[in-house]
Amino acid sequence: MKILGSEITPYKTYLNRRKFIEGSFASALLATVSSSVLANHNTDPSTYNQFMNENDKVNSYEEITTYNNFYEFGTHKKHPHLNSGDFKPKPWSVKIDGLVKKPMTIDLEKILSKVTIEDRVYRLRCVEAWSMVIPWQGFQLSELIKMAEPLSSAKYIQFVTVFRPEEMPGQKKRTINWPYREGLRMDEAMNPLTILATGLYGHEMPNQNGAPMRLVVPWKYGFKSIKSIVEIRFLDQQPETSWETLAPWEYGFYANVNPTVNHPRWSQGTERRIGEFKRRETLMFNGYEKEVAHLYKDLDLTKFY
Amino acid sequence: MFSTKNFNKSKPILFILILFPSLLWAYQFVIGNLGVNPIEKLMDELGLMALRLIIVTLMITTLSNIKAIKSIVILRRMIGLFAFYYVCLHFSTYIVLDHFLDMQFIIQDIIKRPFITFGFISFLFLIPLASTSTNKMIKKLGFKLWKKIHYLIYPVAILASLHFYVLVRADKTEPVIYMGIILLLLLHRIFKKLTRPLLAR
Repeated sequence: MKILGSEITPYKTYLNRRKFIEGSFASALLATVSSSVLANHNTDPSTYNQFMNENDKVNSYEEITTYNNFYEFGTHKKHPHLNSGDFKPKPWSVKIDGLVKKPMTIDLEKILSKVTIEDRVYRLRCVEAWSMVIPWQGFQLSELIKMAEPLSSAKYIQFVTVFRPEEMPGQKKRTINWPYREGLRMDEAMNPLTILATGLYGHEMPNQNGAPMRLVVPWKYGFKSIKSIVEIRFLDQQPETSWETLAPWEYGFYANVNPTVNHPRWSQGTERRIGEFKRRETLMFNGYEKEVAHLYKDLDLTKFY
Repeated sequence: MFSTKNFNKSKPILFILILFPSLLWAYQFVIGNLGVNPIEKLMDELGLMALRLIIVTLMITTLSNIKAIKSIVILRRMIGLFAFYYVCLHFSTYIVLDHFLDMQFIIQDIIKRPFITFGFISFLFLIPLASTSTNKMIKKLGFKLWKKIHYLIYPVAILASLHFYVLVRADKTEPVIYMGIILLLLLHRIFKKLTRPLLAR
């Protein structure tokens, strides 16, 4: 593993963080970077690998952008890459409503001017038992929540994906009851690991990965990380989510990565890291146990899967 | 009118045509040209090919009822054996490449996951069909018993299409089309069976 020369000062904070992170067995990379990183259009994995623990290597830009589950563009893994060319992520605004003091429709540009964009290198574990390591750029969801000033009665948040069948050919077919919806409990949404990502590898978020803004919840199966968000609702009840509605016996609201809870279709005990030949063991909460296990200490995870 | 000779002549071409995809995928796999998740891709392609060939054998039986192309039935054995060939490759990909011969895990997987159970039983039922495919075996068993054994193709086809149906997460169009074709071919056979004694009277 390469270690960045210490003469490159801007990254010093990275290195200090890295030590701390390895000690706590979490490889979330938490570091604030200047927005110039976003404009760097960097696709070199080594930029990020040096900050990861030995077990995890970031996947290539090609892997991350040509193998996607984004049924709005088609149900095959290559469809989002092939069919998302007509999608227009600019201009973009997000509606924030429900149990908040300040319901609003806000331009993404305006949101971005008020938040801190950070680099976050996270493992992504799909419920289909494959995984990747992805260098995201984004900001903590908690920052946006604070802006909206939720009422104390708000216990859950629901997210809604844009519905544009003209630009998203997969939506012309009713494979899912569009628009795609997801949800989080308030404490999950406020957890520092939960981000709204607006870029990857220093690029603006590619259309096939959920442009211009998507959720990333690294300790949950990938389908929780809803893409191309246009609406965020604050609710007092657990919201309806797309996959749970489609097949409740297979997908739960929580969908925490858990090797001990069986899925009728895929064993969740192991996973194939994209780019690797042999399967590897799946980690509890996708390896983020230290950061999030406390959220579920009173929950029977075999029932609330 | 297509004679037995015509169909016999087409056999070598057909042989190469059906064999070719497996060679291509094997080559692409080795040179790393099967996409980002090559093991999954290889397994999916092999399985889909096997299912399609199984359906083709059922179609051939139905088509052979048409007098003009009656002799098409001589192609059935070869295509059936190719279906078995693709199922074997599909299954070995699962065992060797996907799970690295972790037999404990594989046995659990077969028992616990309905779609794998369906696929596995379908594979098991194909073994007696493939192993009794020679003329010698037909003679040895007698045509009646041989035919009875080969009725197993129906559960094989149904289980294989179910295996695919359950695997697909949301857009079930393709597996439903296959199931529909199988059902139509089955209904045709039942219809034929029921009407035959009437005509004899």
